Amino acid sequence: MRETTQETTHGITPSQTVGPFFKYGLTPGDKYDWNDAFTNNLVTSDASGERIRIEGRVFDGDGQPVPDAMLEVWQADAQGRFADPKDQRALPNAAFRGFGRCGTDENGAYAFDTIKPGQVADPDGKPQAPHILLAVFARGMLRHLYTRIYFGDEAANAADPVLAIVPDERRATLIAARESGNGNPVYRLDLRLQGDNETVFFEV
Amino acid sequence: MTFAYPAESNRAHPAPLSPAYKSSIKRAPQKPLILMRHTLSELTGPVYGHETVREGDSDLTTQHTGEPLGERIIVHGHVLDEDGRGVPNSLLEIWQANACGRYIHVRDQHPAPLDPNFTGAGRAQSDASGYYRFVTVKPGAYPWGNHHNAWRPAHIHFSVFGHSFVSRLVTQMYFPGDPLFEFDPIFNSVPDEKARMRMVSSFDLESTQPEWALCYRFNIVLRGKNATPMEQK
Repeated sequence: MRETTQETTHGITPSQTVGPFFKYGLTPGDKYDWNDAFTNNLVTSDASGERIRIEGRVFDGDGQPVPDAMLEVWQADAQGRFADPKDQRALPNAAFRGFGRCGTDENGAYAFDTIKPGQVADPDGKPQAPHILLAVFARGMLRHLYTRIYFGDEAANAADPVLAIVPDERRATLIAARESGNGNPVYRLDLRLQGDNETVFFEV
Repeated sequence: MTFAYPAESNRAHPAPLSPAYKSSIKRAPQKPLILMRHTLSELTGPVYGHETVREGDSDLTTQHTGEPLGERIIVHGHVLDEDGRGVPNSLLEIWQANACGRYIHVRDQHPAPLDPNFTGAGRAQSDASGYYRFVTVKPGAYPWGNHHNAWRPAHIHFSVFGHSFVSRLVTQMYFPGDPLFEFDPIFNSVPDEKARMRMVSSFDLESTQPEWALCYRFNIVLRGKNATPMEQK
């Protein structure tokens, strides 16, 4: 085994921007001679729960779409369990992984196909409203930012301990609106990195 | 093992707004981040192992019919937590410019040649001790238009997954002694000098392979430390 000590290991490695050129490495799609480790489709055939699509656009401080952002989501399954051994309740053989990645397109648009997550307890054992964690990366962002996606048709939002610490007038920036239509339900949430209706980002 | 993620560790990161880096001006939030307690959602994270890493993905010099031009290098090190323990089975993704400082990305317009034998993307998984290893070519510096005569120091982009979603890291690895450091607003967006230097790899003569490749060591320290209080000396 190799030596793991290095003089510089006191303190974490700082973040740097993902830059403008990450696409061929992280979200190549069929555009580059490389393959995707992750996609924006989290649905697996064995996953129980409601199939949903989450859509939105990312805007900068001038209201211009951000065509070079990367979004990553992390969520529980429909029973509120995470596909991580640290969640002791997780079913080890469940195919649902709960992680997805999506680059924005030229209109700043993103989409995830997933299932609606169940409730997860907070550290006091109090149920949180169903939510998805979202990390935002882009050129111009020196560190990625964390936010959450909540669902507009959930009564549990009223008692959610995280929404409760967000000022009333900003809470709507975290709540995706359910749209009616054919096919799987669509929840829409735009992200505004700056300015009026700036999305709430969390220090986690 | 139970990990704690002290918020203070985040002080190593750049502030969202760093005006010298012009792209941050319209993309940095103006309102303060809201500090929240970690729940199970934050304390878990994607557990990714070997299945996304294919044979040969960690060698960027063998992805095409011929060898890429440039200086062949080995980049290796450990993914560590804040206690200095290796983070096993961590997924590392890298991407970089070629030896001439040109990315294959369609929007890179730098008038330097593309290399048909170099894509510039790689993937590896840390082993049980947190160790990882890539073979690639040393990327070139390139101009980027942020200000007059702006050049990025040579760097390799790293994307790393750790023990939880809050230990997620995207960073850039630099090379020791680069004369461009002092002029680069992205490198200097990290306020603390010691923290900045943690992004700089060290030349590793011992692991250099004679007649074949120079070697650089880059240890990556992710958030997360033992939650059990250590005995105070």
